[in-house]
Order: sequence, then C-alpha cells, then structure tokens
Amino acid sequence: MKINNLGYLIKEGIRGIFLHGFMSFAAVCVTIACLLIVGSFSCLAYNFNVIVEDLNKTNEVMVYVDETLSDAQARSVGTRLNQVAPEYIDQAKFVSREEALENFIADHEGDDAFLGVDAQDLRHRYVVTLYPNAPIRDLVEQIRQVDGVADVKANFELAEGFSALQNVLHVASFVVIAVLLLVSLLIISNTVKLAMYDRRDEIAIMKMVGATNGFIRLPFVVEGFTLGMVGAAASFGLMWLVYDWVDVQLDSVSKLKLLIDFVPFKELLVPMVVTFGAAGLFVCVIGSWTSIRKFMDV
Amino acid sequence: MIEFTNVTKSYSVGTKALKGVSMQIEDGEFAFLVGPSGSGKSTIIKLITGELKPTSGMVHVNGYSLERIRKREIPYMRRTVGVVFQDFRLIENKTVYDNVAFAMRVIGAREREIRERVPYVLELVGLETKSRRHPGELSGGEQQRLAIARALVNNPSTIIADEPTGNLDPARSLEIMSLLQEINNLGTTMLVVTHEKDLVERFPKRVIVIDNGLVVSDGMDGYYHYEDQ
Repeated sequence: MKINNLGYLIKEGIRGIFLHGFMSFAAVCVTIACLLIVGSFSCLAYNFNVIVEDLNKTNEVMVYVDETLSDAQARSVGTRLNQVAPEYIDQAKFVSREEALENFIADHEGDDAFLGVDAQDLRHRYVVTLYPNAPIRDLVEQIRQVDGVADVKANFELAEGFSALQNVLHVASFVVIAVLLLVSLLIISNTVKLAMYDRRDEIAIMKMVGATNGFIRLPFVVEGFTLGMVGAAASFGLMWLVYDWVDVQLDSVSKLKLLIDFVPFKELLVPMVVTFGAAGLFVCVIGSWTSIRKFMDV
Repeated sequence: MIEFTNVTKSYSVGTKALKGVSMQIEDGEFAFLVGPSGSGKSTIIKLITGELKPTSGMVHVNGYSLERIRKREIPYMRRTVGVVFQDFRLIENKTVYDNVAFAMRVIGAREREIRERVPYVLELVGLETKSRRHPGELSGGEQQRLAIARALVNNPSTIIADEPTGNLDPARSLEIMSLLQEINNLGTTMLVVTHEKDLVERFPKRVIVIDNGLVVSDGMDGYYHYEDQ
C-alpha cells in the first residue's frame, strides 16, 4: 500500500459507512447495547464495592485500657497500638472514660436505669479502626499483648463477613465484566462479518485487480474505528443520563439513600471514558480486522 | 507470456481437473481456449490468476512462477494480468469513471496519472460520454466494455477474457471481440475462453481445445477438432 493511497482509503472508509447505512446503523446499535450492559454492570459493581468498603471502614475493635494506669499512661497506649501493625490499622482513637459515659448515656437516652453510673466505673478505651480486609483475629491477639491493654472486643463475624462479601464482589464483577466483554466482542464481530459478507463481491474484485490485503483492509478498519467511536460516545452519553436518573430516583427515597448512595458520575468520568473508548475501539477495530480475513482468501 | 508445463490439478474431493496440460502463449499472441463444461477451462484461468496452485507441473505467468509464488507476491502478479468476466463483476455503487480509476488506485497510482489515463481508456472502449453513470445504467455490452477498460487501465501485458460475450447478443458480441482484437493489436497478449463457434470462426486465431483435463488440439483449426469430439 502506497502512502498516496492513504487519503483515498480513509475517504473510502467514511464513505462505506453511509453507503452501507443499514449495516452501519446495526453495528452502532449493537455496540451501544453491548457497552451499555457492560457499563451498567461496571457502575453497579463499582458502587457496591464503594458501599461495602464504607461499611468495612466501620470495622472497629474496642481496646480497653488497664484501669490502674494514670490518664497520661492511658493516653500513651495509643502510640504502642499504632505500632502493632501499621499496615492494617488506620487509626487508634482515644476515648476517655468521661466521653465513654456521655456516649453511653446518649445511646440509651430516656433509659433511667443508667442515671447513677459514674465515669470512674468505666475504663479509658481506644476505638481502633482497621483497614478493609485486615486479619482481625490475628490483630486482636497482637493487641492483647500490648502493655496497658486490659481487654479487646471485636465483632469477628461482621468484620469477616464484610471481607468475604468484598472478595466475592471483586471476583464476581471481574468475571461478569469479562464475560460481557467477550459476548460483546462476539456479537459485534458477527455484525461486522455480516457487513463484510454483504460486500464479499467487492472484496473479490479488489483482489482480482491486484489489491494488497492492506489496501482492502484499511477502509474497513477506518469504518470499524469510526463506528466504534460513535457507538462508544453514544453509549457513554446514554450511560451518564441513565446513571444520573437512577441516582436522583434513589435520592428521592430517603430510606434507600441511607443504604445506597451512588458515587456521582463525574467521579467515574475518566475511567468510564477510557473504558468505553477502549472497548468500542477494541471490539470494532479487532472485529473488522479479524472478520475480513475470511474474505481475503481469493 | 503464459507457460504451462505438464500441469496437473486435483481438488480435495478427488476430482482431477487437469491431467498434464502443457501449452505456451507468447507475448502479444491472441488465443481462444475452448472446451466443454467441466473440461478444465476454469481451472486454467484460476491457475493463471493465482487463485489456485498446481498440484504438479509448472505455471509461468509474465515472469512469475505460480507453483512457488508467495502469497504477498500474488497482488503484484495479478497487476500484470487483466481479467474480464462473463458477469462483468463491476462495483455497482461506483461510477463508470471510478470503476476504472479504482483499478489504478489499487496499484498506488497518483491522482494526476488517474485523471489522464482513465478518460483515455474510456475513450478507447467508447464510454467517454458515460463516465458519470453507474454500471446499472449501462447496457450489457457497455458493462462489458467497462470491464475491459478496467482490465486494460493498468496496461497489463496479458488479458484473460472468460466468456466475455456470454451475456451479450450477437451484434454486441462482435463489438466486444473487435475491441479485444484492437487491444491485442496494441501488443497485449489475449486469451479468450468462449463457447461461441461463430465468433471463433470470424476471428481466425489460434484455438486451444481442452477436454477432460488435457489439451486435445492446438492450432488455427482447433475449433473443428473440438466439434469432432
């Protein structure tokens, strides 16, 4: 293929889109449908991941300080706690016995049974927040060994449940997105194959007059590239609209908003543009490139 | 030059299409290839255009040895051979001009060359006034002339015409054959595959008769040998 053909071949690719309007329309629609399904699932998976991660952030361990220690000594336990496993411990927040009592009363508001409780009856404590997926049982054992720690309390089932849920979500979303992408690739390359089949005579003529494979392929690849970009842009726009609509609907139900709060689409803008663009390009260009091979053997 | 030396061709289903064909068509020669259906004519054309490779023997076309040609060399070999088909094989959505120009673009010709050469070739085949029409708007004879113009535009050393008059009435057939002869007079080697006895008689040229995968006659009076079969 000579360089002075390049402009002609690109023009032919663009012309082909309009010349075979129905097939182009079908290819764009299939691309939009496939990318919308992949995009919707990716958004859902991302949001569920964020929700579970947020819940996982409440993965806390209550560390009670030995009551025989002075206030100053009790406050110094925090430094030792932070050194236990910095890779797993986000923070160790000191809660004095007075603050603990206030919280206690606030939590049991209206319950007269706790009115006579004195702050001195309680221990100073640390609320230790762990990073997601921290090995909570091992950490609790290590924290117990720290000087000045009297007792440690943690909800193992809840913490491990969140970790397991997050792991399952990661694997499931990866598998489902991979399968959806593969199915999209097959559907789109099949649509491109149909378009090629429609033009097999034209390809045979090109071969007969001495066209090289590159000369024949380039207009189809230009066509695939353009259709892929149009499909990706349209599905991205639609995705944005649908996402915002769902977000508004969720926000309107106050109880749901507490449980499910979608990340604003603007936060997903860059990864979504990259994903949609790359997926649109990949499936259409690869689809065109591979589908045409069958018709080249003349 | 086209040269077949003891060429055999068997298909995977077991059919032996050619059983040892040897023939030579010199540069600038005009020859008819005749024979009944299934005799091996189409196989010979496919071997010349590089669509098939011989099972054994040697096929030389314009300096290329087709029994050992590389896939990427085939397009360049095809540019030395113009092919005209019975069913024209034109691109319906391109104009007359573009159908011819397209063959030049394939070989990377510059737009300036295309603008000079295409009108010249269209004039040669008598289609200069119809350059903006589409193939569907032309008569059968005009479509075949367009196919000849496309085959001719890159100045190939050989033209293979496969039943070029098969879809035309006698008057148009004569016109096409006269055109092919004119092109041959300009120095292009011409191999015409045909069934039409009248045409062969009107143009006393070399006739190669093929039957059952073998050349059974080769000479100026070849068609009569074919009729004797």
